[in-house]
Amino acid sequence: MNKLTQMMQWKAVRQVIEPFIGLFVVLGFFAVSDVSHILFTGSTWNLLLVQTVVVALGAMGMTMVIISGGIDLSAGSVVALSSVVGAKCILLGVPFPLVILCCVLVGGLTGAINGALIAGLRIVPFIVTLGMMGIARGVAKWIANNQTVNYTAKYGNEHPVRSILERTDFRHFFPLPPGVWLTAFLAIVMILVMRRSVFGRHVFALGSNEDTARLCGIRVQWKKMAIYAIAGLFFGLAGLMQLSRLNLGDPTASVGLELEIIAAVVIGGASLSGGSGSILGSMIGALIIVVLKLGSTLKGWENHIQEIIIGVVIIFAVCVDRFRHSGLLKRSRD
Amino acid sequence: METARLELSEVRKHFGSTKALDGASLMVQPGEVHALIGENGAGKSTLMKILSGACSRDAGEIKLDGEDLRLTNPLQARDQGISMIYQELNLAPDLSVAENVLLGMEPKRFGWLNRKEMQDRASAALEELGAQAIDPQTTVRRLTIAQQQLVEIARALVSDPRVVIMDEPTSSLTQADTERLFAVIRRLRDRGVSVIYISHFLEECQAVCDGYTVLRDGKSVGSGESMSQTSLDEIVHLMVGREVSDIYAVPPHAMGDSVLQVVEVSGLDKPRKVSLELHTGEIFGLAGLVGAGRTETLRSIFGLDPMTGGSVERAGKRLPGSRPHERLREGLGLLSENRKEEGLLLNRHVADNLTLSDLKPLTRYGWIRESAQRAAAEHWIDELGVKTSGPDQEMGKLSGGNQQKVAIARLLHHGSDVLLLDEPTRGIDVASKQQIYRLMGRLAAEGKAVLFVSSYLPELLGVCDTIGVMRRGELVAVKPAADWTEHAIMLAATGADESVA
Repeated sequence: MNKLTQMMQWKAVRQVIEPFIGLFVVLGFFAVSDVSHILFTGSTWNLLLVQTVVVALGAMGMTMVIISGGIDLSAGSVVALSSVVGAKCILLGVPFPLVILCCVLVGGLTGAINGALIAGLRIVPFIVTLGMMGIARGVAKWIANNQTVNYTAKYGNEHPVRSILERTDFRHFFPLPPGVWLTAFLAIVMILVMRRSVFGRHVFALGSNEDTARLCGIRVQWKKMAIYAIAGLFFGLAGLMQLSRLNLGDPTASVGLELEIIAAVVIGGASLSGGSGSILGSMIGALIIVVLKLGSTLKGWENHIQEIIIGVVIIFAVCVDRFRHSGLLKRSRD
Repeated sequence: METARLELSEVRKHFGSTKALDGASLMVQPGEVHALIGENGAGKSTLMKILSGACSRDAGEIKLDGEDLRLTNPLQARDQGISMIYQELNLAPDLSVAENVLLGMEPKRFGWLNRKEMQDRASAALEELGAQAIDPQTTVRRLTIAQQQLVEIARALVSDPRVVIMDEPTSSLTQADTERLFAVIRRLRDRGVSVIYISHFLEECQAVCDGYTVLRDGKSVGSGESMSQTSLDEIVHLMVGREVSDIYAVPPHAMGDSVLQVVEVSGLDKPRKVSLELHTGEIFGLAGLVGAGRTETLRSIFGLDPMTGGSVERAGKRLPGSRPHERLREGLGLLSENRKEEGLLLNRHVADNLTLSDLKPLTRYGWIRESAQRAAAEHWIDELGVKTSGPDQEMGKLSGGNQQKVAIARLLHHGSDVLLLDEPTRGIDVASKQQIYRLMGRLAAEGKAVLFVSSYLPELLGVCDTIGVMRRGELVAVKPAADWTEHAIMLAATGADESVA
């Protein structure tokens, strides 16, 4: 019994440490290479975190969706749509706080539509969000008239939206832009929500076994609706961050971002069949991807090499995960 | 004496520190139907895994027709003439019967499928089983469970087996289909095939098996050459290692006021206008053949299946809403017949499974207090004697009986006072069954009402106060349990009582 409690404590410790191992391996690789003196500086890490924000916010929503047993392929398009809507709002002279609200709500709206279709018509999430991926992208291009929405000509470089993710000191780690702090704060909130709230428990239950969830009186369809809508809010916020970073609304940006987000979630240990995953893991997954990208750039590797490396890492991460789980399963069968 | 078809002596196998098999011996003669009996966790499945090549043994000897047998994978077992028929059917539902029968050994000509030969061989195999009625070209999905099982047995037959192992083959069959299966097993026996028959239903083993072996804690604790000549008491005694005086003895309880009135409830197809009344302290049994609509009745009452007519009332007042969360709010609770597919979250821990339907009281400011959740889980683990390492243990690692206790504990944690239990004792061992009967009696004594669906008549007759019999979606008869006999229930369930009258 004593041994068992020890084992369980070790398991709990392992759960916290394990996601970091991948990050340490990647960092270790670059540490022994010739770029370590650039990579391990405060200013580079400042940049790293700024670059992680969009994927990290997307991954918060996506993690919840994937744990519930679903998927959202519209994330990238929604980010683009939200950034275009934000840019348009700025051009129309909408006050700054309302711009933020518009971006977030546009995301929430698309998510709610996804959720309504998935829950109401019982269509599989893959199809619904695949459709929404096209629709959101199309609407973004339509609103933007097929070109980037540029407000700098009218407002110069100093619109407050820019300050959300603007780097002010290029030599030190601090100060971090407010967008990074907001992302970190939301990550902590989401970790708590998924681990400690009734809603979070229900999301896990839904992904583990929808029938059981229904049997236990969980209002499955409402929950699904809420999950996709909340995920949409995160994608909308990610769109705002994208807008701040690019300083313009680009309807053709963020193509394939949804896959990067899913990759971050999967590297973070979530299972695409639902029921498992963690926000912390996904955040580290997002960091791993950004570190790989930045590290590759520093090494002077070209874009195609980066893509190959990230592809390999995704497969590798899932293999390691599978290996761990099959080991566990074997023990449980015995 | 001739050489035994299969002889296992002192087989041992351990996984880590647990001994799954600790000296298991078994001897089966050619053309013998041999019962392998034991509680869950006694080592039956490990033994079968070793025989089917799915895992290897640590020590001991296995001889097939006198020759030493060493298997490293399931394919070898099939080549050696050992076929396994699992509890869960292993068929590809969208392929045809013939394709399923010959899956993995399709007759080929120049690398292309020889459809003609496939049909012929499948038909031949089905005919041997007396199942000519099954068309080899039908898609398996369209067959009944019993027919699917015959297809699986046909698949075992085409590889010309020396030993066929059947694991709980009747768990989802009706009485009539069970009889038909027994006829098939006797045919196999007459052909000289040896059958190892694993089942929790001891009466069935008596009906169809010749010899028997009882496993307990990984050891063979007893065996005999004639199952039918041995009393069930003796066998149960061997299984549990102690005297089981009266398995159906439940704590005394008295029926009180009416708590739930089910009025002419109808579903999409079943049930049809079912009316019944539950009282405090009552255990109400629902009997009937598979497909009679017992499960559907429970699910319609609970709101899992749509209710197309009728109402569920308390004290003459219709319950608000019709969905599961509304029913739970009104004190109803349902235990699913499918513990693994529907009843439980197998990859979550015990505490979550226990408290899932009612997490609210365990929260403060909306956050779950894990200490409170643990305490609640520990309370019910103690209360029901669930064998687990603790609230943190993963659900899937518990034995069937203990999983079932957790599923029932969830209803109790929720505070439900009307318990709809669908096959609560399916697939669990005798000792756990007995504990569940006692629990049902205790709950009734506390004033709860239990609606108990079961396909196993002795337990219904032993435990219930009132028994209703369903046939084709209708509740055809309700009487106090004392006024029923097994025979009378079967007559009512099959409609034979009316055709005679």
